[in-house]
Amino acid sequence: MYGDGGRNDSQCSEERTMVGIITYGVYIPRFRIKVEEIARVWGANPDDISGGLGVYSKSVPDLDEDTATIAVEAARSALERRAVNPADIGAIYVGSESHPYAVKPTACTVGEAIGATPNMTAADYEFACKAGTAGIQTCMGLVKSRMIQYGVAIGSDVAQGAPSDALEYTAAAGGAAYVIGRDDPIAILHHTASFTTDTPDFWRREGQDYPRHGGRFTGEPGYFRHIEGAVRLLFEQTGKSPKDYDYAVFHQPNAKFPQRVAKILGFSAEQIKPGLVVPRLGNTYSGSSMIGLAATLDIAKPGDRIFVASFGSGAGSDAFDIEVTDAIESHLFSRDAAPGVEKLLENPIYIGYAQYARHKGKIVMQK
Amino acid sequence: MRDVAVIGAGCTSFGEKWNTSFRHLFVEAGTLALEDACVAGEQIDAMYVGNMSAGRFVDQEHIGALIADYAGLASHHIPATRVEAACASGGLAFREAVISVASGMEDIVVAAGVEKMTDVASGASVDTLAGAADREWEGFVGATFPGLYAMIAKDYMNRFPLTREQLAQVAVKNHYNGARNPIAQFQQEISIDTVLRSSLVADPLRLFDCSPITDGAAAVIVAPLERAREFTDTPIKVLASAQASDTITLHDRRDISTLDATVAAAQKAFAMARVNPQDIDLVEVHDCFTIAEICAIEDLGFCAKGMGGKLTEEGVTALNGDLPVNTSGGLKACGHPVGATGIKQVYEIVQQLRGEAGKRQIEGAKIGMTQNVGGTGATVAIHILGV
Repeated sequence: MYGDGGRNDSQCSEERTMVGIITYGVYIPRFRIKVEEIARVWGANPDDISGGLGVYSKSVPDLDEDTATIAVEAARSALERRAVNPADIGAIYVGSESHPYAVKPTACTVGEAIGATPNMTAADYEFACKAGTAGIQTCMGLVKSRMIQYGVAIGSDVAQGAPSDALEYTAAAGGAAYVIGRDDPIAILHHTASFTTDTPDFWRREGQDYPRHGGRFTGEPGYFRHIEGAVRLLFEQTGKSPKDYDYAVFHQPNAKFPQRVAKILGFSAEQIKPGLVVPRLGNTYSGSSMIGLAATLDIAKPGDRIFVASFGSGAGSDAFDIEVTDAIESHLFSRDAAPGVEKLLENPIYIGYAQYARHKGKIVMQK
Repeated sequence: MRDVAVIGAGCTSFGEKWNTSFRHLFVEAGTLALEDACVAGEQIDAMYVGNMSAGRFVDQEHIGALIADYAGLASHHIPATRVEAACASGGLAFREAVISVASGMEDIVVAAGVEKMTDVASGASVDTLAGAADREWEGFVGATFPGLYAMIAKDYMNRFPLTREQLAQVAVKNHYNGARNPIAQFQQEISIDTVLRSSLVADPLRLFDCSPITDGAAAVIVAPLERAREFTDTPIKVLASAQASDTITLHDRRDISTLDATVAAAQKAFAMARVNPQDIDLVEVHDCFTIAEICAIEDLGFCAKGMGGKLTEEGVTALNGDLPVNTSGGLKACGHPVGATGIKQVYEIVQQLRGEAGKRQIEGAKIGMTQNVGGTGATVAIHILGV
């Protein structure tokens, strides 16, 4: 039975149109900086920082990489894995906190790069770290209503963290792209539920280089309240519980938050393990939960049930009930045609703080 | 001078109370105290409110009137006065209330303390708190409170046999007590290792040597002892109220490891109450940092200078010791909403002397004491309460 988690079972089959993930791709820059190197520069105790966050290194973009190039790489990887005709892509949404332009969409650049233009709609999304999953939901609606055949939702960021701020230890670079459609999905998106309020836990105003945040206020009233709200809403609407899932993925600003929220909600350490990529990767903001899901899909088997909950400050959470299908191992899809998350995390090039500062544009050459 | 009694007490839970505003913290504590005393709003003659820095924490001044208004007393036009002496604001508000009743000017008086500290980022709160020291001589040259108390600890450890573990034991003990106090900010026990492995803040003080940033409010109602039984079967007598001052800068002190203001106020208080240190069953001291509790128990006269660490290590100050110190969890574990702390100390002693302190009850407690410090010891308020 496919549909809205049982809610609309009595309604006509048209409305119960299956929607799912057709293919997916990830991109993570090769460079890493270790948390201890950042701590060294600021005179902090590296063990306190690493131990407190559960993060040991974070990815750093190359000089010529930004949110747009990462989004393009992730989308191209998705299309390497499955023969989707770019002309059939009717919508592209790119979620990010670090769009290269304040005005001019990253989504158009992606559309041109993958050959999906011009008969398509596109827009950039911003909802802190969950703009990418909001894009998935938009695509789900457009696909279900048959307005489009395929939609592409991307979460991509070259995350900003002010020098010496707690965010600098984790703010990383990376992104994931998901093609959403109807026919032979590799994973069915059974249901989604969101929990949203106006909570100012983390923000960046127009013209500011770095986000600001309310310290621990980003925790309980932000991350935990909203993820727990979305998860409980989804469980209430679907009748599901943690034991119904093989895997779970939560937004991972550090390693502690997802581990704690999983425990609070009744998920086990085993369930979240494959998708917990933050210790080596850092927090890729809009890419975070979407890369976690990709890492889980990289090892999932047909029939596996995956739970996902993103979080975006400001604040909201999108929860998803996902089921992997036989298509993931069929001739329609080739996981190995593009690098998986584990492959992208392997063989990093570690750089020092000076090179990191140059890559991130923190060194101002001339003003 | 009339004898004075506490006829009611109330306290909010302490912590990062993001959903509760400054005024609502106060209203909650005030309502609890009035209900406890079975006093109606129109019976209140005056209010004294301890608050250190609402102006900088929540951009609100003129809080005497604000609080009287939000307590529903605007139409009664009672005198409502803010009292400020940094972290000793609460202790001084209580003292002002006691003095006004003792003098015969007023009968039923509310003494309250309130602080809402989490509306600003931690850097801003540290700077606001630095205003309790001398801004020109200390703050402007970079001294923060952890820095100043670290200097006290360094000086003390150079001159007296205090080990790092003994210092940590203060926090361990206070967390043990906090774990038995339902209003405490931190209700989990810790080990000496927890303290020693925590981040270094200002050598030798580590994170777990320091009291936290806290939101909270507390209120007590005082009345003439002769009228106390109109309101309660368990009036708590105010046996002594003493206050002393000292140089505002640490470096101008005769001895930076001794709070002379504590010594002076304690002498006055013991004389006024006609009791000795041996008569005190329990004491709430101002442990803004662990070293402050060591200095306090010595300066109050409970042991000789230099013996505070040993006393703590031997468990004398523990919940089951001969002189339980900070049964509430102290500033360290119960939390430290600066303007409210002095009133919370009185609230804790009232609970204990009434036998209502639950899991942390000191059996048969008859006389309790509070020591509330402003800055590094420039203001000290001491009260002795008894049944």
